Amino acid sequence: MADLTSDFVGIKSPNPFWLASAPPTDKEYNVRRAYEAGWGGVVWKTLGEEGPPVVNVNGPRYGAIWGADRRLLGLNNIELITDRPLEVNLREIKAVKRDYPDRALVVSLMVPCEEAAWKAILPLVEETGADGVELNFGCPHGMSERGMGSAVGQVPEYIEMVTRWVKQNSRMPCIVKLTPNITDIRKPAEAAKRGGADAVSLINTINSITSVNLDLFAPEPTIDGKGAHGGYCGPAVKPIALNMVAEIARSPETHGMPISGIGGVTTWRDAAEFMALGAGNVQVCTAAMTYGFKVVQEMISGLSQYLDEKGVGLSDLVGRAVPNVSDWQNLNLNAISKAKIDQDLCISCGRCYAACEDTSHQAIAMSEGRVFTVKDDECVACNLCVNVCPVEGCISMERMEVGATDPRTGKVVPAEFGDWTTHPNNPMARAAE
Amino acid sequence: MDARQLAGGIRAGRLEPQALEEGFTDLHPPYDDHEALVAADRCYFCHDAPCATACPTTIDIPLFIRQIATGTPEAAAKTILSQNILGGMCARVCPTETLCEEVCVREVAEGKPVEIGRLQRYATDTVMAQKAHPFERAAPTGKRVAVVGAGPAGLSCAHRLAMKGHEVVILDARPKPGGLNEFGIAAYKSTDDFAAREVDWLLGIGGITLETGKALGRDVTLEGLTAQYDAVFLGLGLGGVNALGIDGDDREGVLNAVDFISELRQAGDLAMLPVGRDVVVIGGGMTAVDAAVQSKLLGALNVTIVYRRSQARMAASAFEQELAQARGVRIICNAMPKAVHGNGAVREIEFEFTDDELTPTGESFRLPADQVFRAIGQSLVTEGLPALDGRKIAVEGPGRTSLPGVWAGGDCAAGGDDLTVTAVAEGRDAAEDIHATLMG
Repeated sequence: MADLTSDFVGIKSPNPFWLASAPPTDKEYNVRRAYEAGWGGVVWKTLGEEGPPVVNVNGPRYGAIWGADRRLLGLNNIELITDRPLEVNLREIKAVKRDYPDRALVVSLMVPCEEAAWKAILPLVEETGADGVELNFGCPHGMSERGMGSAVGQVPEYIEMVTRWVKQNSRMPCIVKLTPNITDIRKPAEAAKRGGADAVSLINTINSITSVNLDLFAPEPTIDGKGAHGGYCGPAVKPIALNMVAEIARSPETHGMPISGIGGVTTWRDAAEFMALGAGNVQVCTAAMTYGFKVVQEMISGLSQYLDEKGVGLSDLVGRAVPNVSDWQNLNLNAISKAKIDQDLCISCGRCYAACEDTSHQAIAMSEGRVFTVKDDECVACNLCVNVCPVEGCISMERMEVGATDPRTGKVVPAEFGDWTTHPNNPMARAAE
Repeated sequence: MDARQLAGGIRAGRLEPQALEEGFTDLHPPYDDHEALVAADRCYFCHDAPCATACPTTIDIPLFIRQIATGTPEAAAKTILSQNILGGMCARVCPTETLCEEVCVREVAEGKPVEIGRLQRYATDTVMAQKAHPFERAAPTGKRVAVVGAGPAGLSCAHRLAMKGHEVVILDARPKPGGLNEFGIAAYKSTDDFAAREVDWLLGIGGITLETGKALGRDVTLEGLTAQYDAVFLGLGLGGVNALGIDGDDREGVLNAVDFISELRQAGDLAMLPVGRDVVVIGGGMTAVDAAVQSKLLGALNVTIVYRRSQARMAASAFEQELAQARGVRIICNAMPKAVHGNGAVREIEFEFTDDELTPTGESFRLPADQVFRAIGQSLVTEGLPALDGRKIAVEGPGRTSLPGVWAGGDCAAGGDDLTVTAVAEGRDAAEDIHATLMG
């Protein structure tokens, strides 16, 4: 079994699967059980400054969207940071860390944008023996209205300033958690780096309304007839998170900066994908909230098996796909593929036909006996048929050989690379040297 | 084992009331809301879906399942009922395993079709429970149509005609409407008096007058009807039962399976219904299975279906055959009856083995029997009808007979399977043709 031991900015854990700062990590009882189930680390649910704790709503705080068989695809929450007294959390953190020295325990923090507030809380956290802090600059509801959370995360200058305060007032590793509710994720990441952050973690939740109650005419979750936007997470946000992780990983300004990947990690495969795009570890919340702590066991066995099969170590996986993340203009226009339907796997549902005929390129023929075949002279290899087919592996994209003639264009498939930057239709094209 | 079950002869009360109730409970219990959503989620919404093509009434199955999945079973019901007004009964009695569900792509892919029949029942039950009738009559046309037979074909035809604004009179020989839905289907497929409730609901369209106890040839003639009405639809059933044509066919205890099934359906108390200890059913269709399984459920100790060809050629579907065998019915194939033995009442029935071409092999055997059911088919009583094609009324296109102004459909018409759903389709299509003809 592959060694999954992880070292993230000096914080060691037996595996790279951490529970994200969220309801599952709000108290000692949960965190102990999470460690027992096998989680490599946790980020304790965000602590606020000393004093009367925040309060939560007393109506529903989650909303969701579902796929087939009511599989939860996206979860939205309007829960705030911990609503338990600071001293209780600190006491529990200390006790847990003492009993589980091999597990990572990072503490998430959110206090007002004043240096004094950070100066006050950091020593208290340090005293617990926690491994590091994560700065919650991402929470998009409630706290942001009070000038914290994503209100900080949306202003790179604030990120840099607060990160600097933290680094100046603590010896602990500092992870800056980023909000996706911005236009260009690279800017806050660069700010964190300038402020001296050891790493960034992303994504925090996305502003969302998951559904509207069509009897009450109010957003859900609805409390006394009203609803407020919440933070969206779960499998549905994974593609957005992957892109943001990749943007930071491949940007020259932030390349190499440690990233803790967050956003819809549900299986070992999701985790491996985040890591291939540059994440040194991953944080999980919705999968645990949907299925319980035990899901980590599949993540551990799956990632181990994958690494064994690939014959690589965990650190070799990190960032391995980053060089292949490119821009559209650099994609090879001379790489020509055609869809191919495996007739042995085809169950003749005809969804590829309906999709292609109604909405794409009329490149699938339906013949006697519900036999579906690709018309190579119409197929542009758009991949829609692959995506709508209910049978995995039934339709695939097959690349045409160099020298063959594309029946759609009548042109020979060239051997050389050719992208938009050199394409004759591009008025900005550079002359090929 | 209980002495009452071991006692020979034809007698009532072989089982405790609770055992009877359990045996005759719904064969496919209705889905609750959760089950319906889980089942509906499995539909792939196929293009030009094979299930819809396989349905004799061409219900848009992917659409109605999607309507269930999105929380609008009422809309689903309308999708079903606009094609098949007896969609509730068809959901219960259709051999879906040889129609829509057989060709479901998930049957092909996984051996587990989307359970279309049960989903259809979920939708139609929802609407019927609301006591709502989802269709409205068109403005009266002043045309009057007689429908002979209140079975699936006649009811379907009458409803469509009434919807188009015609005045319809349905005549049926029996004291109750419904035809085979009411008298001819195993009780566990139509529980809680569903057939009668469905007819009541169907008549909610208005414009239909039902006259029971009126038989064609006895109380009315086709000539009389054509003179009195603008059009006539013949949707009568098969009144004759084929005889075994062997020695002893008339012995006491040798009965028509259809009569047994009908009596059972109309029985107020199943504990009062007599059944033999050793029951032999002769035939290989749905009627044979219905009679055999229900004999077993009434407490018969040994029930045997004997069919003259191989099991693969039985008209009863594989599902029905398995149902019978799971209930403890023995199926003997390639054997044809030779004689019914006994002293007055049947005691034994003798068979000879045959090959699939029905060539006798010379090998014979006897089964003990105190009750024998004939289930080798029914036939049309043909006096006073339009021209025949074989033993049924000849029809062209949407049920046009040799007589102008007379249409026919369902079991009495030539062609098509003798299924409820086929009868519904034929009645509906004839109604559309009658409407087109009358409105010129």
